[in-house]
Amino acid sequence: MLPYNFDYYKPQSIKEAIELYQLLKLQEKKPMYYGGGTEILTLGRLNFIYTDAIIDLKGIPECNAFGFQHQELIIGSTLSLRAIEENKLFPLLSDTSKEVADYTSRNKITIGGNICGQIFYRESVLPFLLSNSTVIIAGPKGTRKEFINEVFHKELRLDEGEFLVQIVTEKEYLKAKHISVKKRQQWKTGYPLLTVASLKKEGFIRFAFSGVCPYPFRSIQMENKLNDKSLSFKDRILTSFEYLPTPVLNDIEGSNEYRLFVLENTLSYILSYIGGEEHE
Amino acid sequence: MNSHSADRKVTIQLEINKEQYERDILASDILLDVLRDKIGLTGAKPGCLNGDCGACTVIMNKQPMKSCLMLAIEAIDSEILTIEGLKNTPIQRAFVEHFAFQCGYCTSGFIMICQALLLNDRNPSPEKIETWLSSNICRCTGYKEIEKAIYSVIELLNIKNQTNQ
Repeated sequence: MLPYNFDYYKPQSIKEAIELYQLLKLQEKKPMYYGGGTEILTLGRLNFIYTDAIIDLKGIPECNAFGFQHQELIIGSTLSLRAIEENKLFPLLSDTSKEVADYTSRNKITIGGNICGQIFYRESVLPFLLSNSTVIIAGPKGTRKEFINEVFHKELRLDEGEFLVQIVTEKEYLKAKHISVKKRQQWKTGYPLLTVASLKKEGFIRFAFSGVCPYPFRSIQMENKLNDKSLSFKDRILTSFEYLPTPVLNDIEGSNEYRLFVLENTLSYILSYIGGEEHE
Repeated sequence: MNSHSADRKVTIQLEINKEQYERDILASDILLDVLRDKIGLTGAKPGCLNGDCGACTVIMNKQPMKSCLMLAIEAIDSEILTIEGLKNTPIQRAFVEHFAFQCGYCTSGFIMICQALLLNDRNPSPEKIETWLSSNICRCTGYKEIEKAIYSVIELLNIKNQTNQ
């Protein structure tokens, strides 16, 4: 049971959703866009999130899109992680998504919700960072299309009243050699210690991380070090750590020392798997 | 556009176990609470209320769903199946025969996830069984008996399938 009640709206178009949000703001309400709603409901129950108006985006056709247009894969923000897991149009995304939470929860968690949520792991964003995908964002000023690497800094930077409509990925990235590794201290579900996703494009290996720092990230400096063929795998990995954007997380899931130990081993495995051509 | 105000109760219709139920609810009411408190179907259990344990699992449109992670209002126009709708089914009997429970609190959730899996795949791989069952937590049994129960139903379904061919 939630400790408060709210209005519930299910608009059928982008325009309707945005106008509704603005109207509710004018009425001095605190509206929230709602995809799967798992975070709103669980954090709301604990009073960590408050809203008095829910705008459920699942009735908007563009948010439910899933398929190819021209040479691009279009993924609607309200698609469930299960749908993405089972329709393997973007294998790296399927591999990464299927490790989020558990099977039943993935029926409810949406890709947009996972990317825009408060829980800092947000693993579903990693494949999009690696494939330089674009995001379609709708808001009071209209619809904008941005490279995700331009607008995702710690989190997806949305202005007031905006929401994520779609993520667009060029077809060439879908078949690239890839791997996604999620490490937990124990058990097969639940929160991770860390997740590393990797994709090889034109001989260069890209890396994106979740659970290492307090937000998901892709670091070009780390990638450059990890691709330095003049160094052994171990030296590449250890020098890449100098470019971690923040101190490594130290929490109930694992200490910072343990995380670095696991990260080193994980990166070593990924380099071997994906073909990092170790210097002798 | 569907819209429901916080200032008043809304009347919704839900299809549960092939029966229609009409109830007055608040827009913020969680499906689990509506099932238990407003409809009297107490088989779905409140466990963690955080989407972690699976004790509240129901089947919606043939897919397992944690009813603590869903607003009742989102369940309109869906076919909902709860443990009460699985009376005398092979999976229920298998849980009894294989003693796939101890304290019993998680049992209805486990039966629902098993039934959902069998609705989607009559011959799931061991890996798939493990993935689906990982959605639910039991702190008594060690899971082996639960696995035996589902395997026994898969075997039963395959025998029936062969007999019908």
